[in-house]
Amino acid sequence: MIFSVETWHITVFSLAVGLASTLVILPFGVALAWLFARRDWPLKSIVETIVLLPLVMPPVSTGLILLKIFGRRNPIGQWLYDRGIEVVFNWKGVLIAMAVMSFPLLVRSVRTSFSEVNPRLEQIAATLGASGLRIFFVITVPLAYKGIVAGALLAFSRALGEFGATILLAGNIPGRTQTLSLAIFNFVQTGKDPEAYVLLGITVSLAFVFVWCSEWLLRAGKKA
Amino acid sequence: MTISKFARMAFSWLTVILFMLSVPISARADEVLVSAAASLTDVLGDIGKAYQLKSKHKLALTLGPSNFLARQIDEGAPADIFFSADLAQMDLLEKNGRLEPGTRRNLLSNQLVVIVPANSKLSVASPKDLMKPEVKKIALADPAAVPVGVYTSKYLADEGLWNKVKPKIVPVLDVRATLASVESGNVEAGFVYKTDAAISQKVKIVFEVPIEKGPKITYPLAIVRESKKKEAARDFMNYVLGSTGKAAFKKYGFVVLD
Repeated sequence: MIFSVETWHITVFSLAVGLASTLVILPFGVALAWLFARRDWPLKSIVETIVLLPLVMPPVSTGLILLKIFGRRNPIGQWLYDRGIEVVFNWKGVLIAMAVMSFPLLVRSVRTSFSEVNPRLEQIAATLGASGLRIFFVITVPLAYKGIVAGALLAFSRALGEFGATILLAGNIPGRTQTLSLAIFNFVQTGKDPEAYVLLGITVSLAFVFVWCSEWLLRAGKKA
Repeated sequence: MTISKFARMAFSWLTVILFMLSVPISARADEVLVSAAASLTDVLGDIGKAYQLKSKHKLALTLGPSNFLARQIDEGAPADIFFSADLAQMDLLEKNGRLEPGTRRNLLSNQLVVIVPANSKLSVASPKDLMKPEVKKIALADPAAVPVGVYTSKYLADEGLWNKVKPKIVPVLDVRATLASVESGNVEAGFVYKTDAAISQKVKIVFEVPIEKGPKITYPLAIVRESKKKEAARDFMNYVLGSTGKAAFKKYGFVVLD
């Protein structure tokens, strides 16, 4: 049977962790994107570059850095380990790898949509006595929400496709940390091409839908 | 029934129930996590299934290139057993004190073979035939990092051919990528393990590197020193080293050394 229990399990697991990772990075990504779009601060360009790095670095090297940070030999990894939080070879590792790899896409998209909000509207709100936080939630976010959702969808799609950082940080454990991408790798490794193509079909369909929705929202956002 | 007899019966029942409750505590069922080279996926899957039928312990695998796996264990990843496709990776962990002393066994060997697309007319009687002009590209897993690539470059160097063949080498990710590029006909030949050549119908073996001439290919396994489930890990390792385990490896084309 092509659509086996395992296939469903892998698909649901990938979607669930991908969704969780997108929800985790969303508030940070939106806040950072706003700081990039609306504020000038020292070393801003340096921080912007660092945030974008996972987008262009080989995912395996990002994975290696994450493994160093969260492994037991590192104080951070040891601290977490002592508190019973295992990241390496655990679904939390999958989440972290996905989050780090998709974060730049989120920030970039949201930043662009914030830049397209006319600052005069915010200034007018300020002259009417609205606080900074109020302006952000009542003016800026509603005007940019299509871009925010589009960025989140793009980040989610990237998370679903994550491979290099995931296999290094979370391992490739069927039923526990194996995502669609890792399962495709495993099936190809063991010469099970038909099974690999089923998962490939699922991955391509999901990616198509999410990227298409993201693009559609961006176009709709431009017209508005 | 007297009260004392009833009390005795109740007491003995209670003893039995308490005993039953205590069993899972004294004989804990653990899940052994084996960090294994991707080329061992199928055979360990089979062995694992058979093992779980007769053992209280469970088996989980994490699969990938041996150099990734060694890196993870070196960083303290919670694997119980490391099963490498390469001595160098195991040596590295041994040197860094990551292995449980006395548990390492060099269990399996494999043979290097030259493969060509199934419909190819190319014949390779000796490695020198790779110099033929019709062989334009040879796929090989990265000779700088991946074990099969390292072994092949060493073998060709021993034959005095590496520097001449090197310009034709297309370094690819791993054995499977080698198989895929030969299957597609994008390269004229490739070097893989005999066990890997067996899983594809679209390639054929044209040359087997003689075991005594080729570099010694070894799959070692050992228990990880930081494992928290050593008793279960030992139990599984004994099973792998036993007759059932060895028979499974032979079935998949491995040479059993130990």
